[in-house]
Amino acid sequence: MQDIIILKDVYKIYTMGEVEVAALNGVSLTIRKGEFVAIMGASGSGKSTLMNILGCLDSPTKGKYCLEGLEVSRFSKNELAEIRNKKLGFVFQSFNLLSRTTVIENIELPLIYRKRISKRDTDNIHQMIRILGLDGLQKHYPNQLSGGQQQRVAIARAIVNDPALLLADEPTGNLDSATSKDVMNVLSGLNHNRGITIVLVTHETDIAGYARRVIVLKDGKVLSDTPSQTFTTPLPQTPCETTP
Amino acid sequence: MTALFTIALRAIMRNKLRSSLTILGIVIGVGAVIVMISIGQGAKAFVEKQLESLGTNVLIIIPVSTTHAAARGTTGTITLTAEDTFALVKECNAVSYVSPGIRTTTQVVSGNMNWTTGVSGAGPDYQIIRNWPLKDGRFITQQDVNSMAKVCVLGQTVVTNLFGTLDPVDKWVRVKNIPFRVIGVLSAKGQSPTGQDQDDMVLMPYTTVQRKIMGVTHIGYALASSATAESRFEAIDQITSLLRQRHRLRPNEENDFSVISQVEFASAVMETSHTMSVLLGSIALVSLFVGGIGIMNIMLVSTTERTREIGIRMAVGARERDILFQFLIESTVLSSFGGIVGVIFGIFTSKLVSYYGGWPSLLSSLSIAVSFLFSNIIGIFFGYYPARKASRLNPIEALRYE
Ligand SMILES: Nc1ncnc2c1ncn2[C@@H]1O[C@H](COP(=O)(O)OP(=O)(O)O)[C@@H](O)[C@H]1O
Ligand SMILES: [Mg+2]
Repeated sequence: MQDIIILKDVYKIYTMGEVEVAALNGVSLTIRKGEFVAIMGASGSGKSTLMNILGCLDSPTKGKYCLEGLEVSRFSKNELAEIRNKKLGFVFQSFNLLSRTTVIENIELPLIYRKRISKRDTDNIHQMIRILGLDGLQKHYPNQLSGGQQQRVAIARAIVNDPALLLADEPTGNLDSATSKDVMNVLSGLNHNRGITIVLVTHETDIAGYARRVIVLKDGKVLSDTPSQTFTTPLPQTPCETTP
Repeated sequence: MTALFTIALRAIMRNKLRSSLTILGIVIGVGAVIVMISIGQGAKAFVEKQLESLGTNVLIIIPVSTTHAAARGTTGTITLTAEDTFALVKECNAVSYVSPGIRTTTQVVSGNMNWTTGVSGAGPDYQIIRNWPLKDGRFITQQDVNSMAKVCVLGQTVVTNLFGTLDPVDKWVRVKNIPFRVIGVLSAKGQSPTGQDQDDMVLMPYTTVQRKIMGVTHIGYALASSATAESRFEAIDQITSLLRQRHRLRPNEENDFSVISQVEFASAVMETSHTMSVLLGSIALVSLFVGGIGIMNIMLVSTTERTREIGIRMAVGARERDILFQFLIESTVLSSFGGIVGVIFGIFTSKLVSYYGGWPSLLSSLSIAVSFLFSNIIGIFFGYYPARKASRLNPIEALRYE
């Protein structure tokens, strides 16, 4: 299988006055196409920072990030925007839908920033709506929807551009357990049926159980990297080998 | 780009009250500019038209008694003659036409009607100098002047007072008991800049007024015209030196005449009206500027309020440029819509002002185009800072914004 993500010795250092905080302190990892990876770790361990870098919203202070063979850690702001538009999808804890904007317009949002909208894109929208069970809600506004429905709209928006990588930072954090299950099933299905690579941040072990690989972060470092079937408690010293 | 337009329009529609209030500032600004300019232009055109009615190239030569002349005991001797005027046309190349003039106020009688008015003597070129068309009949000819013909041309006010609606041509009027045949009627000219009724007068050959009515040989004044308004200064110089020479004035003697241009007198009025329109225009511009600051204000609030929206757009692939254009289009659409409404409002108001205020207003398509264009520039100018601020946001922080 193809490596979609290669991180090599990635640092993210925030300077707050005189103090330097290493949110990521030498992270190296490889994720292959079609994987479903969960990232866990205590609050402040650097999960969101890692997601921001994987999502091309931020660049590492040091180190190398290759996405589908492109060394995006060297890209300019504009190039990163284009990568986000073409290759990435985001699902957030707080949904982040545009208020006072209809469901269909929210889903179409990434396509606005494309030079051309092909027929395939529009077909994709209809397909998304069907798969995610949003039929009949197209003209509704986010505040007329339940939390689960809103997160489905967010997922539809995240995959409308047929992304190589879907990033979800605590997507069930604001949902009750039944709805969480529902949303996780949707994500699993997308991973299974459409082969979309998913990287997901969560606090909950049962949510992490949907993934097939679990990476635990601690103080900006990879603490453990294990297949989720064997996942019980993080082993204290798992060596993390990355493919060169 | 069309997508960005749609986004901007939706954002405007989403907050109708705020958008209308923002637009209102521009509406008032553009409207005020149009009203002020049209009033200023109207006043200017009004004064210009009056100047035109006097003739911008008309010079008046009047004899004056000088202190030197008085010292020599020649007070009261009027030195300006008809021969002087003939010499002017012949020898001053900047002078095109001259008409000797003399004027008296007397009663004019027709049947049982009478009217006291000014009777002016004129030469055949009077009509050309004053650029004054006839309404009816013919004007005084050289023949009439030579023969001291007992003929007259009436101003419109005199016609109205003596003949009412009847046609006066070939009728007779009596002045000092002498019958004069009416040969023509002047078209109505209206008020002079000083408020005199220019139509209240009777014209006769100047020789007729001199001999038959007043019994004098001098002339009271002369009207001359230069070829163009610009050449009037040259004409004044030439007239002055020729008359000094003809009147044998020594270099240390003052002129025994004076040459006045109508323009110099009226241009003082022009100056005032010009100053007024500049002043009014600047006040209006300030209000347009205030409208622009209003736009900036609203756009700044709006970009702060929509920080999270900006973050979301950036996350799905909006580039800095997309965000910049989105907000720039929004402010420009607001201001140009305000501009359109302002133009309509301005046209309407200036019509209203001139109708009820009796104040002349002149709408020029240039002032409309300029103020509309200006409203667009204001939108871009004052929208740029907030838009740039929005486009420079960090997507991560923008997404976290509560
Ligand atoms: N913009 C920032 N400026 C300064 N420090 C930051 C910033 N973002 C994150 N950090 C710090 O980096 C560390 C990791 O943060 P984060 O990635 O948000 O952790 P997690 O998502 O695992 O809770 C924390 O100590 C946090 O305080
Ligand atoms: Mg976090």
